[in-house]
Amino acid sequence: MSTIGTGYDLSVTTFSPDGRVFQIEYATKAVDNSGTVIGVRCKDGVVLGVEKLISSKMLLEGSNRRIHAINRHAGMALAGLAADGRQIVTRARTEAANYLSFYGEDVPIKELSNRVAHYSHLCTLYWWLRPFGSSSIIGGYDMDGPQLYTIDPSGVAYRYYGAAIGKGRQAAKTEIEKLRLAQMTCREGVMAVAKIIYGVHDEAKDKSFELEMSWVCDESNREHQRIPTDLLMEAKAMARDAQEDDLDAF
Amino acid sequence: MRWEEEGMKQNAFIMGNKLMGSNPHAFSLIMPSIPITHTQTPYVTGTSVLGIKYKDGVLIAADTAGSYGSTTRYKSVERLRPIGQNTLVGATGEMSDFQTILQILDRLIITNAMFDDDNTLGPPDIHSYLNRVMYNQRNKLDPFWNTLMLGGVKNGVKYLGNVTMLGLHYVDDHVATGFGIHLAQPIFRNEWNEDMTLEQGTKLLEKCMLVLFYRDRSAINKMQIANITEDGVKISEPYALQTKWDYEAFSNPTVGNEGSW
Repeated sequence: MSTIGTGYDLSVTTFSPDGRVFQIEYATKAVDNSGTVIGVRCKDGVVLGVEKLISSKMLLEGSNRRIHAINRHAGMALAGLAADGRQIVTRARTEAANYLSFYGEDVPIKELSNRVAHYSHLCTLYWWLRPFGSSSIIGGYDMDGPQLYTIDPSGVAYRYYGAAIGKGRQAAKTEIEKLRLAQMTCREGVMAVAKIIYGVHDEAKDKSFELEMSWVCDESNREHQRIPTDLLMEAKAMARDAQEDDLDAF
Repeated sequence: MRWEEEGMKQNAFIMGNKLMGSNPHAFSLIMPSIPITHTQTPYVTGTSVLGIKYKDGVLIAADTAGSYGSTTRYKSVERLRPIGQNTLVGATGEMSDFQTILQILDRLIITNAMFDDDNTLGPPDIHSYLNRVMYNQRNKLDPFWNTLMLGGVKNGVKYLGNVTMLGLHYVDDHVATGFGIHLAQPIFRNEWNEDMTLEQGTKLLEKCMLVLFYRDRSAINKMQIANITEDGVKISEPYALQTKWDYEAFSNPTVGNEGSW
């Protein structure tokens, strides 16, 4: 499949002869080059995990957050251009706040994802705007239970049991499909996500990374929060051991 | 003449509407002699709130009445609300304004939580924020018609204070709003001490709530007590106090002074 659209790729308001909008595809490439972001929907909640590639040893650990709370009950993990992602987060927060102030209840995750998708899509309709170079995974818990959605630069939102975006998404998707998510609790989900992210991290190409995780589940009172420190330490240790076991297997 | 004023106001309204649409202050902008007015009177009101510090934290009590003028219209109004993990807010005055203030505080708490930096807002922070909200509304000549009480414990520091509808704010070891200022605070001054236990503090508050029930016509005998400690906020279910009406003087009130009553 040819991915160079000479002449038809200068503007997001131009179709190519075979019906593609190349600018959106290029935007998606920006997402595909960033660190892996995973979300899984377990039976009692949603777990989000990010492979945060560290560009410099001088970076403070825990800075450059890639997972953001949108309201009390939803969180968003971002892949792609960080600045574009920040704009999407701001918009999602505004939408959630407006919904709460207007309707008096927390925004349903489906509605929140629709609004974020609508906003992303907006930027693919005008030649003076460019598409967002970032995808987001929204995990939230509302009256219909825990839900997971992905929004990409073209402005489509899909609902998933398990989703992966970024560099290692192919390998991550394979691993996620092996999990029995409907039977897993979020505690088990945390271990699984950590293991997958450590697994898809390419030691050769990218030097080091920091694992950032969050969840919305019954244990967190249906509120979006970072994984408690002790559980995170446990997950990282288990994931590292699993990697060493795999290497020893050779 | 009064009717002329009314006629002028009606004409002003119609002309203002024609000129500037339905902005209620439009005519006041082009004809400044007609003043901008906002709501000046409360409708559904809550009466006193009482608060004291005790050994392990802060105790705050209020009844659950919402009066509509002289009638006790609503008898299950929760006038004590937790804000975040460490603070409790209690309100006297217009209940609809209190509900708006609660929405404003909710937005404050959510926005702070979304920063996700392990920092939570404590009682002094919320006190300061409420003060700004009340003072700014007052400066727009459109006050929130409330006196708010704020108490909590964070990092071992006990905090208790008030914010009035003018934006006056202060802290103390024991505070009251409404009628409580006149009836309960003198009792606090006599009987409060720093090392009261939970039982002693509760007894003191219940004594003052009883006095208020006897003497404040907008109070009812259905109250809640909130206990805020380092572990968090606990608000009791509404309960009633034991009252005594069998005083001898009540059995024959006019003895020695018979008259038409």
